[in-house]
Amino acid sequence: MITDIGHFALVLTLGVALLQASLPMAGSFTGNRAWMALARPAGQTQFVLVAIAFAALAYAFLTDNFGLVYVAQNSNTQMPWIYKFSAVWGAHEGSLLLWLFILSVWTLAITLFSRGLPEEYIARVLSVMGMISIGFTCFLLFTSNPFQEIFPAPLQGRELNPLLQDPGLAIHPPMLYTGYVGFSVAFAFALAALISGRLDATWARWSRPWTTVAWMFLTIGIGLGSWWAYNELGWGGWWFWDPVENASFMPWLVGTALIHSLAVTEKRDTFKAWTVLLAIIAFSLSLLGTFLVRSGVLTSVHAFATDPERGLFILIFLGVVIGGSLSLYAWRGGQIRSIGHFELFSRESLMLMNNVLLVVTAFFILLGTLYPLILDALTGEKISVGPPYFNLVFMLLMTPLVLLIVLGPLVRWKGQNLWETVKTLRVPLGVSTAGFVLALLLLPPSKHGRLAMTAMGIMLGIWVFSGLIVSVREKFRHRKLSLESLKALPVSYYGMLLGHFGIAVFVTGVTVLNTYQTDDDMRVTPGQQVQIGGYNFRFEGVAQQRGPNYMAQRGTISVSQGDKYITTLYPEKRVYMVQTMPMTEAAIDDSLLRDLYISLGEPVGSAGDGAWLMRIYYKPFQRWIWLAPLLMAIGGFLAASDRRYRQRQKQVLQDTVVAQQLLDELLATSAAKG
Amino acid sequence: MRYLWPVLLLLPLGLAHAIVEVQDVQPDEFSSPEQKLHFRALIQDLRCTVCQNQNLADSHASLARDLRRQILELMQQGKSDEQIIQHLVNRYGEFVLYKPRFEPATYVLWVAPFVALIAALSGLIVLIRRRAKVTATFSDAEKQALAKELNTPASSSTK
Amino acid sequence: MARSVIPLVIFGLLVAVLYKGLYLDPREIPSPLIGKPAPEFSLPRLNDPQAQFSKQMLLGKVTLVNAWASWCITCRDEHQLLLSLAKEGVPIYGINYKDTREDAQTYLNQLGNPYVMNGHDFTGRVGIDWGVVATPESFLVDKKGIIRYKQPGAITPEVWAKSIAPLIAKLNQEPG
Repeated sequence: MITDIGHFALVLTLGVALLQASLPMAGSFTGNRAWMALARPAGQTQFVLVAIAFAALAYAFLTDNFGLVYVAQNSNTQMPWIYKFSAVWGAHEGSLLLWLFILSVWTLAITLFSRGLPEEYIARVLSVMGMISIGFTCFLLFTSNPFQEIFPAPLQGRELNPLLQDPGLAIHPPMLYTGYVGFSVAFAFALAALISGRLDATWARWSRPWTTVAWMFLTIGIGLGSWWAYNELGWGGWWFWDPVENASFMPWLVGTALIHSLAVTEKRDTFKAWTVLLAIIAFSLSLLGTFLVRSGVLTSVHAFATDPERGLFILIFLGVVIGGSLSLYAWRGGQIRSIGHFELFSRESLMLMNNVLLVVTAFFILLGTLYPLILDALTGEKISVGPPYFNLVFMLLMTPLVLLIVLGPLVRWKGQNLWETVKTLRVPLGVSTAGFVLALLLLPPSKHGRLAMTAMGIMLGIWVFSGLIVSVREKFRHRKLSLESLKALPVSYYGMLLGHFGIAVFVTGVTVLNTYQTDDDMRVTPGQQVQIGGYNFRFEGVAQQRGPNYMAQRGTISVSQGDKYITTLYPEKRVYMVQTMPMTEAAIDDSLLRDLYISLGEPVGSAGDGAWLMRIYYKPFQRWIWLAPLLMAIGGFLAASDRRYRQRQKQVLQDTVVAQQLLDELLATSAAKG
Repeated sequence: MRYLWPVLLLLPLGLAHAIVEVQDVQPDEFSSPEQKLHFRALIQDLRCTVCQNQNLADSHASLARDLRRQILELMQQGKSDEQIIQHLVNRYGEFVLYKPRFEPATYVLWVAPFVALIAALSGLIVLIRRRAKVTATFSDAEKQALAKELNTPASSSTK
Repeated sequence: MARSVIPLVIFGLLVAVLYKGLYLDPREIPSPLIGKPAPEFSLPRLNDPQAQFSKQMLLGKVTLVNAWASWCITCRDEHQLLLSLAKEGVPIYGINYKDTREDAQTYLNQLGNPYVMNGHDFTGRVGIDWGVVATPESFLVDKKGIIRYKQPGAITPEVWAKSIAPLIAKLNQEPG
């Protein structure tokens, strides 16, 4: 009954989405205010309907309604309720419903927080959101319906994939999707502006906070995904360059380029065509990611149930949405004229370089991810492109970007003397170069160019940390540095600082981790002690234990350092009852400066001596890798919460900055004429 | 990194037959700690052919285990990394290499990112140079609109 | 104007590749052994550990080499077809992959034996030399001992009629 309501709500959603996509858009051209006014209520209705569908599915999971195929395949009465709930998005159909639900939340947010915008513009924005919603609702209803029933209903369900039975599943996909889908708002704003032909600083100002918030969620989502893989896969790794990870990382890179480019467009009214294109690409890559993960064209560790028919559906949808928007861009984009000029060494140029590096990096990841497919399609050859390729090229492309981070906030708009900047940065330049040289001289040499990489990392870390400090001090060259003056700076400035600071934390973390990480595997008998990374690990033995829906072999290892007791760790090997899948639950002791990570292997005792295989990792600065996205996300939050976005100003034709700039130009030309 | 651990087999019930498992490489089989590190680095960059997307080091698959054993034996016979890799490529193709070789089929893969970067940067420099030279001019309509916006008569600024 | 069309063109190419990709199987890996001489090997025979099964025994005729195991479920599906092929006179040689002798012999006694000869590859080493990824896998070897075709997974009647049978007919025409 309740599931029927959910299904019906989904069908109604399609109707409302069709309405939302068509009438307001038509109204915006004909000037029909009544039609335009439909956009907001339609968006809000859609939210209510999708929320009902979503709640119905969640209810089906929580009440073990195995009459639904999707529930029967992904749940089980013995699962803890939290996993039953997060199993709603644990597989293809439900995660698509989550996608749609989040889309409707963003739509709702637009209807609520866009009071100050022109009616015509908001009608177009919501119409574009409606079009995206049509595509996904059709996809759900026609190829991936989570409300499909089976009769008779099985008494017991299969089970959620044990890999997904982790608290990470409860938060990682919602965060990630909020980011992915959030780029649809920037996309809709850009298309609405393209349609009206009015791309100006005001447009950039409107879409900036939305884009930043989406970017913030995507940052958190990716960070959580990495943290989850680290906890759950049991190999101690945190990034595998798997197609699924790449699919989330590409929109992040382009989104990062977009938030920078939007800043320039807002402040300087320039790069307009480029910014619009970035907004289109960022969302296109989100859609492409959905395609790659669900169509089965690539082999990934996180394989969704894949199916060429679904793949074809998304591909057609992709073709319509992206092809349509790029056609619109091809038609209108050439007409956008950017004004304002700047020198080769100016903040504008640096921002463009930032954009080029980020976009080229996203392009290279796309190339690496799709290359096996491209080669197969063209020649039938099968190759693999994996971490060694991605790590190498990524590092080469990112190094210049990290160098630029310090310059961006320091160099003035329009242009600045290069030597002046070098002089300002003499301390960071000196200190980071010294760090590089010292690292080369003092650190023990190793094979595979590891030492050069470590030295590079140390240099970059010092460069960004010290450079950011100098850039803050520079702000106060003509002002007194005081608590008052620090408070007077806009919140978004601190957001920017924190975001960049996150990069420094990341670079430092990766460098230290890669250089000083140690791990070893060994055969241990109860009572035996081993030393790794300066810690003592005493293996106490393994005991059988029963979980709610699994049996576990639980090892006990007490950890000490010198005479000091540190902690006791309990790594497990589990066998889940329904899927009879063996799982390794690593035990981790984390702290800001190091992680101790233990995976339990196999019993190898021959004469009943209770011997087991065990693998221990000492991972210094591991937490910094997730501290970085956290800092960046907080930075994004601060940037988006800046006061000026909340001011409901009366609409002006042009931003005052731009008007001032135009006036300067006018005066200059008239002066030249005499 | 769990290459040491055998697989629990997922056999349907009622089938009495079981796959014959070769013993996996044990932690104490190496002649030196260096050899152990070397071995692990090598299997890290090789792809398990039966798995979804896993390297030989992380895979539990039976074939991955056989290959680890064979790789260790080849190392103990004094074969170089190149020889061991070629041994695998001869049998399973380039698919096993996570780091694609630099050869005609992969020229684009290795070169394109840098060509794209250089092209984009040089295009950028040309563009900025051109921008820096040209002073922007405005149409009369724009001047009017602007002047109106700033509440000053258009004529006053052209004096 | 011209410049702003570039993204659309790139996207068009991307869609073409992705469309083609939908109909490719990323897990199907072509064998580098096709066109190359079959690897040298020597295995104890399944029914007689004292006797050997080696590459020399494949020479001079077109043979089908089939890697199989009693624990492999798809092999059972394929078995009926192998039996009927054997009846038609196709010489099928087996590589019994990572199996115990007892299990394999019980399997053949129960289901029938289509093989001219079976080598017992207990450790799976010979399987690796043939590039076996997952049983069943079949190789067509010509008179000179060169691998001409590989079938990953079970041979289906369609594959047999469309690809393998015509190839055998052609290879039989070639001089030994």
